[in-house]
Amino acid sequence: MSEKFDVIVVGAGPAGSACALTCAQSGLKVLLIERGEYPGSKNVMGGVLYRKQMEELIPEFWKEAPLERPVIEQRFWMMDKESVVSFGYKGLEWAEENNYNNFTVLRAQFDQWFASKAVQAGALLINETVVLECIVENGKVVGVRTDRPDGDIYADVVVLADGVNSLLGKQLGFHKEFRPDEVALTVMEVINLPKEKINDRFNLSDNQGCTIEIFGDSTKGNLGTAFLYTNKDSLNIGVGTTLSSMIKAKLKPYDLLDYLKNHPMVKPLIEGGESAEYLAHLIPEGGYRSVPKVAGNGVVLIGDAAQLVNAIHREGSNMAMSSGKMAAETIIEAKHRNDFSESSLNLYREKLYDSFIMKDLEKYKDAAHTFEKYPQYFNEYVPMMNKAMSKFFTVDGTPKRDKQKEIMKSITKERGVINVAKDMYRAWKAVK
Amino acid sequence: MHIVVCVKQVPDTKIIKINPKTNTLDRRSAPAILNPYDAHAVQEAVRLKKLVGGTVSVVSMGPPQATAIIKKSVEIGADEGYLISDRAFAGADTLATSYALSKALERIAKIKPIDMVICGKHAIDGDTGQVGPGIARRLDIPPVTNVIEVTEVIEKDKKVVIKRKLTSGYEIIQAQLPCLLTVEKEINEVEYSPLPNMIRAAKYESIIWTVADLENVDKVQLGLKGSPTIVGKMFSPPKPEGGIRLEGTANEQVNKLMDLLMEKKELFTLQTTK
Ligand SMILES: Cc1cc2nc3c(=O)[nH]c(=O)nc-3n(C[C@H](O)[C@H](O)[C@H](O)COP(=O)(O)OP(=O)(O)OC[C@H]3O[C@@H](n4cnc5c(N)ncnc54)[C@H](O)[C@@H]3O)c2cc1C
Repeated sequence: MSEKFDVIVVGAGPAGSACALTCAQSGLKVLLIERGEYPGSKNVMGGVLYRKQMEELIPEFWKEAPLERPVIEQRFWMMDKESVVSFGYKGLEWAEENNYNNFTVLRAQFDQWFASKAVQAGALLINETVVLECIVENGKVVGVRTDRPDGDIYADVVVLADGVNSLLGKQLGFHKEFRPDEVALTVMEVINLPKEKINDRFNLSDNQGCTIEIFGDSTKGNLGTAFLYTNKDSLNIGVGTTLSSMIKAKLKPYDLLDYLKNHPMVKPLIEGGESAEYLAHLIPEGGYRSVPKVAGNGVVLIGDAAQLVNAIHREGSNMAMSSGKMAAETIIEAKHRNDFSESSLNLYREKLYDSFIMKDLEKYKDAAHTFEKYPQYFNEYVPMMNKAMSKFFTVDGTPKRDKQKEIMKSITKERGVINVAKDMYRAWKAVK
Repeated sequence: MHIVVCVKQVPDTKIIKINPKTNTLDRRSAPAILNPYDAHAVQEAVRLKKLVGGTVSVVSMGPPQATAIIKKSVEIGADEGYLISDRAFAGADTLATSYALSKALERIAKIKPIDMVICGKHAIDGDTGQVGPGIARRLDIPPVTNVIEVTEVIEKDKKVVIKRKLTSGYEIIQAQLPCLLTVEKEINEVEYSPLPNMIRAAKYESIIWTVADLENVDKVQLGLKGSPTIVGKMFSPPKPEGGIRLEGTANEQVNKLMDLLMEKKELFTLQTTK
């Protein structure tokens, strides 16, 4: 039999690297296997990395990690065809080291760096190697089979951090094929633009970043969002909708991105930029109810592989990291007990359900379903809001009180009073 | 048999850009890789080791990050890897590089006598092909360039039979050991490394030497000081223009083609010197 490890981690994304790092720090013998040419080579993310969960893994990571800009402004756009209602928050406190909130990142660089920290802590990383399946003996996962010659390798615990598709999790029967409403298909582009232009157009200085989340016409009124984030000298722009909306509305993701890039509200911001990279990826958006079994005999699932994404707040990487850390802590304890059975590893499940991750997912467990079933939130209310704002701000001699009445009347006329009330209640219930 | 392979870290020239202002390679624009010809060289050494037994070492000159290609060589199957890394080596042309590498090889030979040195045909970021023969000359062993097959190793007579690529066809020669080969890509297929090699490479710590670790070094021959080469100019070759598509019936197309050819007929007349 070939060499045996304490832990094999499959996939060097944020979840896998966090888990490998934590295990290696406590002296476990860790093998981290990544199919890409290097960690992050094919990984995709809009680009907002949260400080808190990263800091718990690597204190003061911002001094060393390849980050783009600390985000000091978050904007939300309710966009119609030729207008936008915008709100947001900009705070200079977020530009100060003590108060950094989150950062924009380019994953190809960030993941590579993050994995290198796991390696420094003692994990072994091998790239360009695909794990084909878990090796199961007597109902227990005992290792993995890779696509390389002599490719079997064994460990006490196998951690599946293989991302949203988690073929390995499916093979073990932990989860089923996705329903089209459980995943969003997102396409994005990295657009190179000189730093000065970015600073001018977004009203920033060199070390300040801005994020814009765009609802409404960005997805042609379908359930989904678009985003535009500032890097040092490039922009990340992307758009996605649930697979089911895409099928229903016969949308092609590439057309949608094209539409967004040519939208009169967006185009001036990206004008003159040079397209540097084009990426497409799935996001698990099923939320609470789609989270599969996360621990078995000799195996745990973390990150996207366990469908841990809060779509409403576009939080994924942080949940990936935290779940990786919790799994690692569980494995370290299991090692002390020398018990890697499902009941021993289920401690990870408990930690997960006790943490912000499952609490947040629980809070929004009906949100996606509500918004998918009742598309009016995206395709009716957003245009209505735009019309209302236009009316409200147009100075035409009508008294403001009359204007408010008129606005309310036109909204209730379009949807009916009862319906509006129902819609509001439903939306409140979904996110309360 | 102890085979030592000289390897170089190069920018992936399939993607690299030339900085139009300075006319130098913008090395940040492309990832650093093991020179593809050198990968074949390591693979050949590993193949010969499997055939006749022995040890495969690799040696490289470069910055500390070049340990990445030593790891890559271990993935392919090398046993040991040496990196000579020192500011004194920086800015070396092919003359200074072959000098430094020959000194490293002399040092390796003290640990274990060398029977064969293998280099790639050339590095893809320079395409000169001078370092291999330069090393052979300094070590006073025969250089055998453009090798496409190592047909036979006759250990007891210290000889190898080798197939070399020529401009037209090939030749089969016999060389004494030790000798130095530079190899073409056709010599072998770089194999998909077995998992145990990958794990060994992930653990492997390269042996790093500075100038002080080498013996009898004439420092004037190192780095920029030892490099008489001057690069006059560097430019991207012009993009080829797209072809012309001829439409119409077969007859029309042929006529159009004839017209086009007649316009350019000077291209087809033999140039004679006066
Ligand atoms: C367009 C888009 C925008 C997003 N924006 C944000 C955002 O702004 N902020 C945020 O926090 N989250 C965002 N997310 C979500 C976030 O990207 C994910 O939640 C996060 O990457 C999950 O990390 P992970 O490590 O679980 O999976 P991944 O990052 O997908 O990593 C999985 C790794 O496993 C490897 N792998 C897979 N299968 C195998 C195998 N069989 N063998 C070996 N290796 C394998 C892959 O190559 C990959 O490196 C976004 C997602 C998308 C698609």
